[in-house]
Amino acid sequence: MLFDFLRDYATILIFLFISIGLGFAFIIVNFLFSPSNPDPEKLSAYECGFEAFDDARMKFDVRFYLVAILFIIFDLEVAFLFPWAVSLGNIGLLGFWSMMFFLFILTVGFIYEWKKGALDWE
Amino acid sequence: MINEYLNIIFLDVLKIMLLLVPVLIAVAMIVWVDRRVWGLVQLRRGPNVVGPFGLLQTAADALKYIFKEIIIPAGANKVIFILAPVVTMSLALLAWAVIPFGENIYVANINVGILYLFAVSSLGVYGIIMAGWASNSKYPFLGALRSAAQMVSYEVSIGFIIVTVLLCVGSLNLIDIVVAQKKVWFAIPLFPMFVIFFISALAETNRPPFDLPEAEAELVAGYQTEYSGMMYALFWLGEYANILLMCAMGSILFLGGWLPPADIFPLNAIPSPLWLVLKILLLFVAFALIKAIVPRYRYDQLMRLGWKVFLPVSLVWVILVSGFLVYFKMLPVN
Repeated sequence: MLFDFLRDYATILIFLFISIGLGFAFIIVNFLFSPSNPDPEKLSAYECGFEAFDDARMKFDVRFYLVAILFIIFDLEVAFLFPWAVSLGNIGLLGFWSMMFFLFILTVGFIYEWKKGALDWE
Repeated sequence: MINEYLNIIFLDVLKIMLLLVPVLIAVAMIVWVDRRVWGLVQLRRGPNVVGPFGLLQTAADALKYIFKEIIIPAGANKVIFILAPVVTMSLALLAWAVIPFGENIYVANINVGILYLFAVSSLGVYGIIMAGWASNSKYPFLGALRSAAQMVSYEVSIGFIIVTVLLCVGSLNLIDIVVAQKKVWFAIPLFPMFVIFFISALAETNRPPFDLPEAEAELVAGYQTEYSGMMYALFWLGEYANILLMCAMGSILFLGGWLPPADIFPLNAIPSPLWLVLKILLLFVAFALIKAIVPRYRYDQLMRLGWKVFLPVSLVWVILVSGFLVYFKMLPVN
């Protein structure tokens, strides 16, 4: 076949279609068999028996945003480490020490974040 | 030509069904195991009425969900609201495509298997964020934020843990990872990493003691609050499929996947998929026991554990393991 190395990815693509189809099939079956008597109270957002006040798309703690930024930095670093870890046997000491230097810079940044209190949730 | 392609697609669909149906049945069974273990720890019986030993309880629940009314809140973003559970469930199932059950028993064998698993399990956050945002209600919104922050925090340490295993294997292929454990399971030399992986897996799947996104006393049911009927069931299906997946990942990375504990007669006569299933079950019973016996964490404790304990410890372990392997020239060369 032409794209032999993509063969298994084609299987995954088919798998994706099947699992999405399965999800929708479940919901459609539910739609077919379930009653539907909506009323305004039932369709309002749940809020402990109160009338909903205020918009739900509200302000939230900036620390969630901070966590997202930190996540991007560290996840990129992990993405960097993956190919390094796989090929470490072939790239020798130079490869090892380059990554150690990179990790050192990152650790300095991490200590700075820690000292600044970016990781505190009080 | 077209016939050839159709043939291939048909074979693929057959293979996928042979995997998907057992996984779905396993999810149903695992829910039963979970509730039974929980009941036993609390000296209750747990579900024991429907079918023998209550085994059909989950099937009965699923049937019930089909006949429940679908409520879509008036203020919700309807398309995203309906998409969210489908995304959660299909992603949780999709990851199973690369899990090898034996040297030649798999649906797809790609050479970046572990990267694929890592990527797909990361995408799980989207289903939760979509559900929380599209509901347009306060509890789901807060629950989704918490859940996303939590999953994202623990993913970093899971990433580092995978890197330590990769250092010992020298390949991203899941089958290579298992075969590399023929001499000794990685749970023994990398024991601290195994423990951290297990705890991170609990946090990543929002299991107790880290089930803060749906801590009943505070956020009702977290991001699932506005869902009903089958859409709610899909979340719960996705959640348990994810838990099983984490157990499978743990057994492949650390417990030697489908390999028997020792290559001696009565043990190696048992077929390889059964070994993997046994190991997944063992890890899952540990998950269920922890749910029953450990009290819930506070959110600040959870974030501290993730960022201030697991992240530095796993980072140091990456450096230690790589340094050790380089110094003693034990690195795998390909």
